[in-house]
Amino acid sequence: MNRTVAFFVTMLTGLLLIYSTLDFPPWGSPNQPGSLHVSPRYIEKTLEETKVPNAVTSVLADYRGYDTMFETSVIFTAGVAVMMLLRRKKDG
Amino acid sequence: MMMDFILAKFNYWVYVVLIMIGFYGMMTKKNLMKKLIGMNIFQWSIILFYISIGSKKNATLPIIMDIHSHAPSAADYINPLPHVLMLTAIVVGVATTGIALTLLVLIYKRYGTIEEDEVIEALKK
Amino acid sequence: MVRDVEDVIIKTIARIMVPIMQVYSLYVYVHGHISPGGGFQGGCIMAASFILLAVAFNLGEAKRRLKEKAIAVFCSLGVFIYAWTGVVPLFFGGNFLDYSKWSHILPGGEVMARYYGMAFIELGVQIAVMAVMVSIFLDLVTAGRHEEVLGKDDDGFYSR
Repeated sequence: MNRTVAFFVTMLTGLLLIYSTLDFPPWGSPNQPGSLHVSPRYIEKTLEETKVPNAVTSVLADYRGYDTMFETSVIFTAGVAVMMLLRRKKDG
Repeated sequence: MMMDFILAKFNYWVYVVLIMIGFYGMMTKKNLMKKLIGMNIFQWSIILFYISIGSKKNATLPIIMDIHSHAPSAADYINPLPHVLMLTAIVVGVATTGIALTLLVLIYKRYGTIEEDEVIEALKK
Repeated sequence: MVRDVEDVIIKTIARIMVPIMQVYSLYVYVHGHISPGGGFQGGCIMAASFILLAVAFNLGEAKRRLKEKAIAVFCSLGVFIYAWTGVVPLFFGGNFLDYSKWSHILPGGEVMARYYGMAFIELGVQIAVMAVMVSIFLDLVTAGRHEEVLGKDDDGFYSR
């Protein structure tokens, strides 16, 4: 692709993204929408329900275990895919 | 006033700049390896962005410290959810990078180059 | 392409570092419940120790310590442990991955059963991540030709 076109497309994208950040909550705000919905329940209940003080581990392995399981399957699949692509007898 | 505004949004702008670097690299570079590096910069800017929206002022790591006393309050600990999602995203990123490098090795084996235009020339023949 | 690094400093430091890294990775895994850490991080550190062996000595050294078949078994074993930790609660009337039903087997009640369930799946994640990282590294650096690269008459990837 032409470098000038790419430069202007990049600048346009960057300006759009910066424009969209103007609506964001300030950095570190305790009341930003992402921190209000489910995460307070995780933080308050993790010790009571699972005896694990580390909320990241309890969310990763217990509350969202299904996600992590298929994520482990993804890296397993990636390893098998690399094996199958590279370990061939002849260049295919 | 202006300074507060800049300080409140500054880190988002850093990630926008990182996205622009990765995007520009993916579009203009002819070498497929450099395209892959651009893709990784793009990916890491998204990961850093997610980590930064999990932060809260005057809060600490989401590890509940006072085990024996009162119930923890959510305002004292940062949001664990972006950390979890990005922990999985990093490992998936490693997996996709491995697959991409594998494909680059295969392209090099067949065409003897990983320059994009030379590969396209060889494909036309 | 197989080249033995003739550097005493690198070899000695690697020889000291590898066991420390492996013990540290187990520490990161075991302490994942109460401090930053867990299966992914511990698995990556464990894989890094084998990659350090391959970089500081040669590929044969790393493959002698962690055999090809062992890597293949460990890749599957991690996902196997994870999946069966989820399947066992089904036999006791729970949902998939509902670790509190492990209390029928393990002591300590339902809350501690969830604690143990997390330890099991982190173990599975650690094994799978370690094996997959080492496998991807070995495949990429040899371009898939493990045996030929280790042989005498082939100079490896650039021999096209």
